[in-house]
Amino acid sequence: MMRRRTTLLTGCTALVLALGATACGGGPVSAGGGDKALSGQTVTVAGVWSGTEQKNFQKVLDAFTEKTGAKTQFTSTGDNVSTVVGSKIEGGNAPDVVMVPQVGVVQQFAKNDWLKPLSKTAQQSVDANFAPVWKNYGSVDDTLYGLYFKAAHKSTVWYSPDALAQAGVEPPKSYDDMLKAGQTVSDSGLAAFSVAGQDGWTLTDWFENVYLSQAGPEKYDALATHKLKWTDASVVEALTTLGKLFKDKQLIAGGQKGALNTDFPGSVEKVFGPKPEAGMVYEGDFVAGVARDQFGKSIGEDANFFPFPAVGGGKAPVVSGGDAAVVLKDGKNQKAGMALLEYLATPEAAAVWAEAGGFLSPNKNVDLASYGDDVTRATAKSLVSAGDSNSVRFDMSDQAPAAFGGTKGAGEWKLLQDFLRDPSDPKATAAKLEAAAAKAYEGQG
Amino acid sequence: MTATLLKEASRGAAVSPGRERARRSRRRARIIALLFVFPALLLLGALVVYPVLFSIGRSFFDASGTRFVGGENYAEMFRDPATLKAIRNTTIWVVVAPALLTGLGLILAVLVEKVRWATAFKLLLFMPMAVSFLAAGIIFRLAYDEDPDKGVLNAAAVSVHDAFQGTSTYPTARARDGQGLAKGADGSYRTSATASPGEAVTLGLVGVLPDDLPGDTEPAYAAAGQKASPGELRGVVYLDFTPGGGGEQGKVDRRESGLPEMKVEAVRAGKAVASTTTGPDGSFRFQGLDDGSYTVKLPASNFAAPYEGISWLGPTLVTPAIIGAYLWIWTGFAMVLIGAGLSALPRDALEAARMDGANEWQIFRRITVPLLAPVLTVVFVTLVINVMKVFDLVYIIAPGPVQEDATVLATQMWLVSFGGGNNQGLGSALGVLLLLLVIPAMVFNVRRFRGSQR
Repeated sequence: MMRRRTTLLTGCTALVLALGATACGGGPVSAGGGDKALSGQTVTVAGVWSGTEQKNFQKVLDAFTEKTGAKTQFTSTGDNVSTVVGSKIEGGNAPDVVMVPQVGVVQQFAKNDWLKPLSKTAQQSVDANFAPVWKNYGSVDDTLYGLYFKAAHKSTVWYSPDALAQAGVEPPKSYDDMLKAGQTVSDSGLAAFSVAGQDGWTLTDWFENVYLSQAGPEKYDALATHKLKWTDASVVEALTTLGKLFKDKQLIAGGQKGALNTDFPGSVEKVFGPKPEAGMVYEGDFVAGVARDQFGKSIGEDANFFPFPAVGGGKAPVVSGGDAAVVLKDGKNQKAGMALLEYLATPEAAAVWAEAGGFLSPNKNVDLASYGDDVTRATAKSLVSAGDSNSVRFDMSDQAPAAFGGTKGAGEWKLLQDFLRDPSDPKATAAKLEAAAAKAYEGQG
Repeated sequence: MTATLLKEASRGAAVSPGRERARRSRRRARIIALLFVFPALLLLGALVVYPVLFSIGRSFFDASGTRFVGGENYAEMFRDPATLKAIRNTTIWVVVAPALLTGLGLILAVLVEKVRWATAFKLLLFMPMAVSFLAAGIIFRLAYDEDPDKGVLNAAAVSVHDAFQGTSTYPTARARDGQGLAKGADGSYRTSATASPGEAVTLGLVGVLPDDLPGDTEPAYAAAGQKASPGELRGVVYLDFTPGGGGEQGKVDRRESGLPEMKVEAVRAGKAVASTTTGPDGSFRFQGLDDGSYTVKLPASNFAAPYEGISWLGPTLVTPAIIGAYLWIWTGFAMVLIGAGLSALPRDALEAARMDGANEWQIFRRITVPLLAPVLTVVFVTLVINVMKVFDLVYIIAPGPVQEDATVLATQMWLVSFGGGNNQGLGSALGVLLLLLVIPAMVFNVRRFRGSQR
């Protein structure tokens, strides 16, 4: 998660820089005749955002201030939200609102009895504006605590249109087509995919997309909560499917060894850098930011995406991540904090950041016109429609205990890297994954 | 109060007044000494003794710290393959690094003494000590990078290798399966069907970027249409891929390029009887061949993959590589300490030896090293203790996939306790193990110090 956060950040920085001009064209957002009922109160907000993301979130907070009169104060917690917030609560200095980036942390907070359930107004707003799946991810034991304000779309395969045109292939519609298209791209002289094997989290995202599409959302949920064992046949099948790609030297830039030596920014460079070595790279919507920021690509022209294709007979997967806003019981201005959540649940709050760029909202009533460019609009649309059909799922490794799903050199990251190095025995990999998962989930409970 | 005083006085009187006074002043001195030591003891107790005891206690509890598990953490420790690897790596470190460093330091100290710019030289060698481990780790992570465009070591390795070996023209080229070309075990391609003089063959390859083709490349279509004259075996090697797609596989389409500068061999009965190189349009011909059937072979030298350098940070080399970075930082330290010992050596012994006709090597072996032995031991033992706790370099230099292959006890301890595992019980057990391993070296060092004080 840590790594992801930083890449997300660079990504968004890029998007925002490029979208600045469009955002200004949108004109100031009317907060809708605020009654300033909360004048004199200060809402403190904590979150992982810093830099451009923080600046853009501040715009949202400012709009809130304009509407209600409550002042806001944002503190950046750095990567480890749960530790920082925990120590603040113990120190009697709890923020009112926390933006939590992982499902697991929302649950942890709720179990510690730190959270205040959402107010009636906020709940109605969630029911009206969000797909039920987002409500579920914000709920613990049927009580709604978290409101997903910002989301990431992690089922996008980014490609260089030039490379695909050179090879004469169209963005594929199914996983098998994707491998076939990859084969053609590799015939043209470029490797098909650049895989960032040095960063374990990209591999977990690969696996999650394949698994969600192949095994379906029910099994995905069961596996994410470890109700289903990793030794299940569906896991082995997904690994086998993924292995088809991983074991093919023609499909991966530099072969397995090269992939294990490529980190995430490096994998984007291999497709969008000055010396392209591959035609496609899979990762979330933040790839666009890196491509634009570091390699000067214009998104939509030099870089585009197609949705991660459906595997087997399944539906195309939509794996997502996001930041949920929660209100702490120990905050001094909980009422104002809840008012902020009520505001964040509205489409107009999301529109403020959407116009600034580097942002996707799971809120289905956000006007797509608020997004700065067509590619972002397309990802936002795909995310919302996946929410409507109840098929969007939260990143599995972010739901797992960190020892399993979020540690460099250990757990799922390490085992999938080993699998990339030698994809010949999916069954053994599944068994090792189960052993690591059992240990981590036991340690957590 | 008076009573006790009286009692003591009377008892004291019974012994002897002089001795009593001495004892009293000694006691006072002891109390004063204790008073002076007290702050230091308090600090030591709070900062060293208490944490050590706490860790030992903590190591008997589970991850949450509430359930007593006895020796379970210790058993778990030795069951975990990662810890076993950490123990193995720490052993390698302790065996290799201090010995190498002391040796290097000794050699450099002796040599530096003899150069004119000794101080400047020492300063230069000592400078890495001023670089933080974190910064040094980042530097070496880059230096060891496997991509020759990034890692300076592999850039050197590749350029040296290429200077002797040269590169192939088409490292990425390959044939599609089942279209007339079979791949040999050595990476060469040969036609699966045979051809006789008077026939023409087409050899289609894919996987070459148009930009990678030599500048004078021409389309292969015309050459492919030419008939072979009698007694001539001819053909064309072409790129079986139409840019933008649409070409027919296995056929020379109009826009498909020839592959120039490709070595081609005619093989008969397993032996190459003729060899040639393709022209700009990819065509080749063998003339004057005896009648019979031949296979056409594209030797492996056409396709040799470029030399990729050494995988410094791969699973096998990662620990030696990190030890290398450690040497870079600490050599200066060893050299300066040994150099100081060297300058304190009695010159007369050296001069006497010289007078007696000993050569420099004999002086070094028989006089310098034995006289320096105490200093060498101190440096060695200090480095052993230092090496045991090496953490930052390992954590920073080792990339994610090989982190487990590079792990040492200190990193393992941190990873287990805070780096995701969140099992401080097991982490404490690892800490205790590390402590147990360091203690012998500590005791040895303390003994030495005491010995030298006497």
